[in-house]
Amino acid sequence: MIQTLAFYLFAALVIASAVMVIMARNPVHSVLWLILAFFNAAGLMVLVGAEFIAALLLIVYVGAVAVLFLFVVMMLDIDFAELRAGFVKNFPLGIAIALVLAAELIFGIGAYQAGQLELGVASGVAAPALDASNTASIGAVLYRDYVFLFEAAGIILLVAMVGAIVLTHRRTENARGQQDISRQVRRNPDEATVMKQPEVGRGVDL
Amino acid sequence: MTEFFQSLGLTYEWAWGLATIAGILLIALPLMLSVAMVIYVDRKVWAAINLRRGPNVVGPFGLLQSFADGLKVFLQETIIPSAANKGIFILAPIVTFTVALAAWAVVPFSATAVLADINIGLLYILAISSLSVYGVVMSGWASNSKYPFFSAMRAAAQMISYEVSIGFILVCVVLFAGTFNLNDIVRAQEGFGLGVINAYGIHPLLFPMWVMFFISCLAETQRVPFDLTEAESELVAGYQTEYSSMSFALFWLGEYANILLMCILNALLFWGGWLPPIDWAPLYYVPGIVWLLLKTFFFFFMFSWVMATVPRYRYDQLMRLGWKVFLPISLGFVVVISGYLMATGHFG
Repeated sequence: MIQTLAFYLFAALVIASAVMVIMARNPVHSVLWLILAFFNAAGLMVLVGAEFIAALLLIVYVGAVAVLFLFVVMMLDIDFAELRAGFVKNFPLGIAIALVLAAELIFGIGAYQAGQLELGVASGVAAPALDASNTASIGAVLYRDYVFLFEAAGIILLVAMVGAIVLTHRRTENARGQQDISRQVRRNPDEATVMKQPEVGRGVDL
Repeated sequence: MTEFFQSLGLTYEWAWGLATIAGILLIALPLMLSVAMVIYVDRKVWAAINLRRGPNVVGPFGLLQSFADGLKVFLQETIIPSAANKGIFILAPIVTFTVALAAWAVVPFSATAVLADINIGLLYILAISSLSVYGVVMSGWASNSKYPFFSAMRAAAQMISYEVSIGFILVCVVLFAGTFNLNDIVRAQEGFGLGVINAYGIHPLLFPMWVMFFISCLAETQRVPFDLTEAESELVAGYQTEYSSMSFALFWLGEYANILLMCILNALLFWGGWLPPIDWAPLYYVPGIVWLLLKTFFFFFMFSWVMATVPRYRYDQLMRLGWKVFLPISLGFVVVISGYLMATGHFG
């Protein structure tokens, strides 16, 4: 009973906030609606018993990705007049994307109506282990059964990260504003200060 | 508690519902009270370190100062700037406060006194604490004023940076305990050190992790020396600048509830939680919650000690510490600790 209620609550909120993401005038509002959608999707994950996935959804998407979205979108200087001016220019492109999406929807619903796809029976390794916890079973699949694919995915991500850093990193020649902590700590009063007793009427050579 | 309500003649569903609500109230109300008292303690500690008296007028020893402040902000007028984005402006303190309370659902106060004894307790806390940045960012943007906005930018970057190393440090603890359940993590520390000391923190590989965790907690809760988001000499009051009365108070309550949560996490993950410090039978007669609160209070004292003695970091130093020092060290320790545990046959 309460599961059904919770499911419909979460599902309705996911759909409603997803609609609001594209309906909201203000991009910051869009991102905030997107966060609400992520949140309710995590709720749905908890309902199907995948609490580990739910926690990851919150940590990765809500905790990191959406913060960066918000970070960028907040800095935008939004000019609504300019947004509307681009409408006519982008209209054909929008229509094309809408047609593609509509075709996908029709195919999807048609395929769903045609009945289930025969995938065969789950054999051995990937079958749900009922006694192990969520985290342990995901760990077993990732690190025991598919360890090479998992490592390959990790390397691809690493390469992407290195590429992004190489493209954006610029070595600055002047060291102004950059702090060499070890140099600061190594400095002592003897080499940092000089005691001079100049004669009256004379300056000091530095 | 469900059994108690069932013994009153209720069905299981109603008894469970009532027990959960009672549990939430049993955590939230004492938490609010302790936040009020802890603000008083904080001010007294700063005063003692600065050779001042601190609050000493309202009530005996000034004990009621926080309640007087609470009453004051309660009676003030809520001002919403005309250029502010109203909905988000009002929502931001509510988000901060709710998120700060929600994380307490999985905290075990003793072996049995825990509201939600879930398998992914630690991940839940990590998820909820990563949400606390939204209150700051939303308030900063919605205020439509430059200082709150700077503060929101700083908060977003700072909290993401330190969450990464906190995540790796927690992975080290989880490697030792073999579980995300907070109660099981506490149980795994029983007799951990030489068979007598109930703490992960004394292990030579985990002690540096604890030091880094403590510093990251300071950064995560935006305490001095990492309080760049409300640096009063640069940003007036940061994201709270435009807030008044209860909306301001909600920020304060949320902030201190977060600080208490970080203190209790220090106690739970590294210093034995509700276990007595030494694995000696007579000490177990003292209820677990007493040990836990004593440890938590000690860490809170350390938080205010740091606040009273350390100057503020510069922003580039903060980022350097997070990304160039803590991230490589904690990542290295994950590798070293998992290697050590494999070599010593910890996993059987």
